[in-house]
Amino acid sequence: MNWIDTILQGVLLGGLYALFAAGLSLVFGIMRLVNLAHGDLIILAAYLILVIVSALGLNPFLAALVAMPVMFALGWLLQRVVLNRVLGNDILPPLLVTFGLSIVIQNALLQGFSADSQRIGAGALETASVDFGPVTLGVMPMLTFASAILVIVGLNQLFYRTAMGRAFRATSDDPVTASLMGIKPASVFAQATGIAMIVVTIAALYLGMRANFDPTIGPARLIYAFEAVIIGGLGSLWGTLAGGVIIGVAQTLGAAVNPEWQILAGHVAFLLVLLVRPRGLFPRAYD
Amino acid sequence: MLTRRKLLKSAGSTGLLLGATGLATPLLAQGTTIKIGYVSPQTGPLAGFAEADAFTIETFARVAAEQGLDVQVIVKDSQSNPNRAAEVAQELIIDDEIHLMLVASTPETTNPVTTVCEGEGMPVISTMAPWQPWFIGQQGNPGDPASWQPFRYGYHYFWGLEDVIAVFTNMWGQLDTNKQVGGLFPNDADGNAWGDPNVGVAPGFAAAGFTTVDPGRYQNLTDDFSAQINAFKAANVEIVTGVVIPPDFTTFRNQAIQQGFSPKAITVAKAILFPQSVETLGEAGHNLSSEVWWTPSHPFKSSLTGESGADLAAAFTTATSRPWTQPIGFIHSLFEMATDVIKRAPDMTDREGVADTIAATSLETIVGKIAWDGADVPPFAAANVCKTPLVGGQWRRKDDGTFDLVVVDNTTAPAIPTGGTMEPLA
Repeated sequence: MNWIDTILQGVLLGGLYALFAAGLSLVFGIMRLVNLAHGDLIILAAYLILVIVSALGLNPFLAALVAMPVMFALGWLLQRVVLNRVLGNDILPPLLVTFGLSIVIQNALLQGFSADSQRIGAGALETASVDFGPVTLGVMPMLTFASAILVIVGLNQLFYRTAMGRAFRATSDDPVTASLMGIKPASVFAQATGIAMIVVTIAALYLGMRANFDPTIGPARLIYAFEAVIIGGLGSLWGTLAGGVIIGVAQTLGAAVNPEWQILAGHVAFLLVLLVRPRGLFPRAYD
Repeated sequence: MLTRRKLLKSAGSTGLLLGATGLATPLLAQGTTIKIGYVSPQTGPLAGFAEADAFTIETFARVAAEQGLDVQVIVKDSQSNPNRAAEVAQELIIDDEIHLMLVASTPETTNPVTTVCEGEGMPVISTMAPWQPWFIGQQGNPGDPASWQPFRYGYHYFWGLEDVIAVFTNMWGQLDTNKQVGGLFPNDADGNAWGDPNVGVAPGFAAAGFTTVDPGRYQNLTDDFSAQINAFKAANVEIVTGVVIPPDFTTFRNQAIQQGFSPKAITVAKAILFPQSVETLGEAGHNLSSEVWWTPSHPFKSSLTGESGADLAAAFTTATSRPWTQPIGFIHSLFEMATDVIKRAPDMTDREGVADTIAATSLETIVGKIAWDGADVPPFAAANVCKTPLVGGQWRRKDDGTFDLVVVDNTTAPAIPTGGTMEPLA
């Protein structure tokens, strides 16, 4: 077994999981909303990018830039019109609504785009790689990992350096007191979901360039995203990246022993972390 | 023994219970419309198989009207879900009172429907699933051949794993390789059947002189194949095979190229069945090979319309502006079968009689001759399984980025013309 290669591939895989999880972490951290439609929203964004690429003939990266404001608006509207109405002390209504949303998105995409496998073509970039002596790493996985880091640095800046971020943190800590200070939780939530949708668009870009997607493929990756969020600790974005990397490395190490252990190893790592640190590695909030 | 069904049937035919209960349906209704039930995955991940449904049923309705047959086709969507398939099969039999069931497209659809039909005593013609998963997969104990029972009402035509093994090894035989084969078998029904060390493909490959390297079952929709790639590199694999879903195949192919693993042949089932899936691979799709069940160049004619394969494919492309796919021929043949059975059956309301009529079929269809005569089929399945020819093909990339499927090996079915010879991957 080539240890260095296995671990590095796992770290890069973790970057992909962290990208899937970052949007989820943001929404979960601020409004304790478990968005079961997160995977389907990623697929929706992937189709949006695909449509822009084929309609305007743009480079996929530029197409994603075009798609971001559209997804932001969609997320804002979704939160304003649907999700804000179900948020409350009971965690069940938002769960049910996002579960329903997941089914609606899948079937709407199926209606609109048929069940064909689609792919966002990135030309030579798809298979390009760099030789580092003992290991050869793909350019695409490295770009994915770099993007995950950039997304998390960006979100952290937003959280700790801007007025909007202060509002996010305040609402997350105590919505009632925050609203006494003139912050409207409903509008903060809508902005947060909009920003989460921008992250979703970036995840969609890399998912779409990495492998085929079809309307029903969304929920499959949701579990790893959830695990990354939980391992990392509630509200910690760097924790989400660490969580993604832990799952990625555990999976590639498990697979190197036997591919049957690939998925199991990820789940076992998740349980082990929870056993030692029930709140995750770097929890920001205690509640 | 007097069962509920026999009582209802005899009572219905003599009209005894008709007025008395109001529930018994008059099965003897000469001159009424013959109803055909058809279950297929119209939506969901398997929807590609059902792409030609509407087109085929339209053709069938037109021809049936021309020939003066009073037939109605009732289509139900399985949503690519086995439980749903069983449910709609039940609805078709009980609520819609069909006379004949047709079913197609993967064991996830054919098996639940055939099982329901067998239980309800409804004649069913099934296709587009390798016969082992269809026949053995429905047995009470798939592990014990002595316990396997034939079906009374279920009839299936397609090829089997032994044909895939023959086709794959013939194709690889055309290349100069070290005969080391790497297997990608996922943890699903197909992957477990193919990857089984005793009854899967490995013993067959071994008989033809190929050694199989199987790193183990992996989960579908995995995002990382570096373990398999490292295992294949370590074993000096020059041929990759398997039964892989399209997204996983793209992930594997890209990672293999990124990590410098370049086999001489990649021959996989499932992932590269449809041209749309191959096109998503771009240049990496050139010269990938697969088993081929039907192409427009197969030298057969439709008994329904007299069209050749090329005519049928062209008509499909004109009607839908989509490229031809392999299921088109088989869905068409299913309705050829239905027409043939309706014409030959003395009484479509007599289910036993209809089952006997199906069993006695000998029909030249667009996918070849269909007759349940037991040719090339082990005795235990001879009554219910008929084999259609299987050959090997390669996808060739054209300058405009679209792909052509070229038949490169016909050792298993010499009647089907080849369009070239096997080429190694670049």
